[in-house]
Amino acid sequence: MLDLNSVEAGPKRATSLRSRRSPLALPEEQLRILDGVDLAGGDFDRALEGAGLPVLRPAGVEVFQINVGRLCNMTCRHCHVDAGPDRVRENMDRATIDACLAALDRTDAHTVDITGGAPELNPHFRYLIDACVARGRHVIDRCNLTVLLLPSQRDLPAFLAERGVEVVCSLPHYRQRNTDAQRGDGTYDKSLRALRLLNEAGYGWGDPRRVLTLMANPAGAFLAGSQAAMEAEWKREMARLHGVTFDRLFCLNNMPIARFLEWLLESGNLQGYMERLTAAFNPGAVAGLMCRNTLSVSWDGRLFDCDFNQMLELEADVERPHVRDFDPGALAARRVVTARHCFGCTAGNGSSCGGSTT
Amino acid sequence: MDTYYKPQHLHQFGEIAEGNGPLAKKFFDYYGAVFAEGALTEREKCLIALAVAHTIQCPYCIDAYTTGSLEKGADLEQMTEALHVATAIRGGASLVHGMQMLEQVRKKGM
Repeated sequence: MLDLNSVEAGPKRATSLRSRRSPLALPEEQLRILDGVDLAGGDFDRALEGAGLPVLRPAGVEVFQINVGRLCNMTCRHCHVDAGPDRVRENMDRATIDACLAALDRTDAHTVDITGGAPELNPHFRYLIDACVARGRHVIDRCNLTVLLLPSQRDLPAFLAERGVEVVCSLPHYRQRNTDAQRGDGTYDKSLRALRLLNEAGYGWGDPRRVLTLMANPAGAFLAGSQAAMEAEWKREMARLHGVTFDRLFCLNNMPIARFLEWLLESGNLQGYMERLTAAFNPGAVAGLMCRNTLSVSWDGRLFDCDFNQMLELEADVERPHVRDFDPGALAARRVVTARHCFGCTAGNGSSCGGSTT
Repeated sequence: MDTYYKPQHLHQFGEIAEGNGPLAKKFFDYYGAVFAEGALTEREKCLIALAVAHTIQCPYCIDAYTTGSLEKGADLEQMTEALHVATAIRGGASLVHGMQMLEQVRKKGM
């Protein structure tokens, strides 16, 4: 792992907000900036009310999402987690993973969604997968693709395939320019190599036990397209240009927090992007919001309504929002914590970890 | 009016109904129907609109269909190719009129 502490290890290009000591590393600073944007109709709860919708409450835990840490082999410019190779401390330990499993046993969640960082870099990642599969839950690995090329992960596609784990991979576009612009030079070629490894392991050919999903988010200050309209084109072009096959495409909007917020500020796009998100508020996208069917657990076991609230430290509105104190009744009765960033999920086609919500 | 073009006019376009609501409604209904998915995809229609926007040199349309094309999943290279189609047609339209010139030169020359 990246050694940022010892002088002997030499100088490093530190790119997470945290390691750069950026004020934006603090969630309260991010919220302050978002609230400071001069925005007509910028109150999310009022937008719901104006559309005749009730306050947001969960409909039931269908997806148990575990963010096992912020350690990642990449430092993408848009990362809402502010993940990177320097985030070695924030990694879920075995005791917290066992607490997650105990909590999972008290829910009817059909899916366990494992995310990060690069979740594969957590030392207990494979233990967690085996435990979830043994419980008969559908498991998702949110994979950045390039991690599959690390020597330590060579056997991972076969491991995942044997257990029927769905792999959800980040890829901003089926062409090179936008992918490298967002995720770093060379990422596109590495991503294609990783996708071919997954294809060779049986992923992406229509087998329900080897589902390969691509997750596209825009490389810039504009909304995600319609995944229904884009999926056929992506499949055709990925096959034509690269000989790669996959099962489905998810599209999601960029959330104006963490490093994407930093980019919005530096590029002068914050005002315009927030106006775009609020103007594109779609009441029809609200029922399918992930905060209504997902529970999000952080690397240290705290509970949140979604991964975005987790990064903003907006804990679930229950007395003891921790997986050790898991209380299904209290969680079912809670109100979802909202702020301006929530417009990111209700804009256009709607946006979630499961793609569009309309 | 300090400038002929103002970016906010694009977002205020609907206010054109102030002078004649029924005609504006007909226009916007028609406009919406034109850009809906049909025999062509919404993305293909956006790229056509982007190329036409440059041909008629409308800054509002360029603004709208640059964003529109990006949001329909097109990237810079694809959008630039669409522009070159428009550019080729514009250039070709000039050049092909050279046939009128050539015909006259042939007729009048020795």
